[in-house]
Amino acid sequence: MGTPSLAVWKFTSCDGCQLTLLDCEDELLALAGAVRIARFTEASSTVIQGPYDVSLVEGSVTTPEELTRIQRVREQSKILVTIGACATAGGIQALREFSDIAEYQSLVYASPQHVETLATSTPISAHVPVDYELRGCPIDRRQLLEVLTAFLAGRKPNLPDTSVCTECKRRGLTCVMVADGIPCLGPVTHTGCGALCPAHNRGCFGCFGPMNQPNITALVDQLRACGLDERAIDRAFRTFNATAPEFRR
Amino acid sequence: MSHRARQLRVSALARVEGEGALNVVLHEGAVERAELRIYEPPRFFEALLRGRAYTEPPDITARICGICPVAYQLSACLAIEDACGVAVSTEVEALRRLLYCGEWISSHALHVYLLHAPDFLGYPDAIAMAAEHRDTLERGLALKKAGNALLAAIGGRAIHPVNVRVGGFYQAPTRATLAPVAEQLRSALDTALATVDWVASFEFPDLELDHDLLAVHAESQYAITRGRLRSSSGLDFPVAEFPDHVVEHQVPHSTALHAELDGHRYLTGPLARYTLNFEQLSPIARQAATAAGLGSSCRNPFRSIVVRAVELVYAVDEALRLLSEYEPFQPAHHPVPPRAGIGHGVTEAPRGVLYHRYGIGTDGLVTTATIVPPTSQNQAAVEADLRALVAANLALPDEQLTPLCERAIRNYDPCISCSAHFLDLTRTER
Repeated sequence: MGTPSLAVWKFTSCDGCQLTLLDCEDELLALAGAVRIARFTEASSTVIQGPYDVSLVEGSVTTPEELTRIQRVREQSKILVTIGACATAGGIQALREFSDIAEYQSLVYASPQHVETLATSTPISAHVPVDYELRGCPIDRRQLLEVLTAFLAGRKPNLPDTSVCTECKRRGLTCVMVADGIPCLGPVTHTGCGALCPAHNRGCFGCFGPMNQPNITALVDQLRACGLDERAIDRAFRTFNATAPEFRR
Repeated sequence: MSHRARQLRVSALARVEGEGALNVVLHEGAVERAELRIYEPPRFFEALLRGRAYTEPPDITARICGICPVAYQLSACLAIEDACGVAVSTEVEALRRLLYCGEWISSHALHVYLLHAPDFLGYPDAIAMAAEHRDTLERGLALKKAGNALLAAIGGRAIHPVNVRVGGFYQAPTRATLAPVAEQLRSALDTALATVDWVASFEFPDLELDHDLLAVHAESQYAITRGRLRSSSGLDFPVAEFPDHVVEHQVPHSTALHAELDGHRYLTGPLARYTLNFEQLSPIARQAATAAGLGSSCRNPFRSIVVRAVELVYAVDEALRLLSEYEPFQPAHHPVPPRAGIGHGVTEAPRGVLYHRYGIGTDGLVTTATIVPPTSQNQAAVEADLRALVAANLALPDEQLTPLCERAIRNYDPCISCSAHFLDLTRTER
């Protein structure tokens, strides 16, 4: 068996999740020894043809070209992992789905006919089967390393799917919502960030998207009790994972 | 070489952030077209910001770019505070500058070591470069890590930090949180100085360009978050007059808009900052620049790697100075009640001038948003470089000229993810 190959693909995104791979400063050279980085345009001029053992896919699908390209990526990939809120849930650019895309285009471009775009921003799983989804805007570096290590070892990644609250409690942080009445999406948001926002005296804004089976109704009551009106509650859920089914309002 | 018609193409530019291509068309030995094609899909930030609360643009616009989120957060904060008529405390300003130094260190180290240096040493990427220069790459990664550590210590995480808000921060970091970062930065200063020596030893193609240069300028320090706009052609205007001087327009081959300064192409970024603000560099950064053979201005874009290395020295040195003066403060933010109005904000992102403008309604919701990122401002200058470079090297065969063109683009560290979005247009091109 040869060295496994790794490919990194970009769809509609900010590049932050693939940058996370280069942010593994202590592990990068060891990783490059364990896998053959066969295709990673942001980092290398070399492109080795597929198939690939593991593909990391960043970004959502927002153009006709991306609709066909994702099929080709799937065909060439033994394991396909989505990295981040765009690839996993549609990302911030999915907010177009709550508006008129033609109006959006004309607000931004004087000649919209030069710009090919879809009215939707959809996650990769809406188009092809996905083997694993990493959440977060951006993804967490440690979670990325766990997923890569797991697939290289031929095992399943071991990442929790509970809420930010469990992480917050484990860190011994005071609850910002209970103690200070700060609106917080922690009770319904997927864990993985290390409860960063509560640790900085701010409410979670849900950048990791919904946890498994969240109780949204109960949280919405709590948000009202914190003084948010209905429009503010809509905005709270309509950020980086706005079209995730559980968060869609 | 005697092609009548000749075309140089790169369909996917490597080692740049985002999706771009290069297309140069020659006819009878003359450059007919030189295009940096940006096909990064648009994400419509300026449209989706309408109707959001005035407190939200810092977190939302951070997502325009994973490489320079702090630049977006702080240009947004300044514009909103300007609209609301609030000036933040000197403590907030200093901590913002410190955070921003982290982004400059991280972004410049990424570009110098992982994206740009392989061009000069003849490798396809940094990993391949590591086979013969492992210690050097490890040094670069350590420098990048120090920048990320500073970002994380203040912002919570390096990419899309969570601690920045309109008016200041959610929480001022403790001295204990920052102490280990100061330790890392002290050794990073030596690394940054070694970086200048290293890149100064590279061979640089000859190219001197006459672009007008635009940068934020302040008398008292190398401008990052505060100042007026200055150009090498003698313009000097306050941030609020940015839209009077800079006009963006759409071109068919790009989802990023092109910009002009008073009707002409111009350049922003490290070369512009260095040339316009040389006097404001700290003594150690100036000394490193002089030792590297740079004068008080630099107009060869291939030497931008040396200028970035000098800015690395400056950012580390400045971060150490700010850290030595830092005292935690309470409250960590200034109250910013919403007020109907329009505000402008400009900061120096690692790649150059980043302008934000917001209109805010009486209900505290955003009514209009305009964002002018550095890469869209630089597109016309990049294309002019391509033209000049191709014209001067027509004798080279395609397999040498094409990579040289790709290098000319990488000189500017273009951030294509940033550039494709946006805006209410004032002009169109057929």
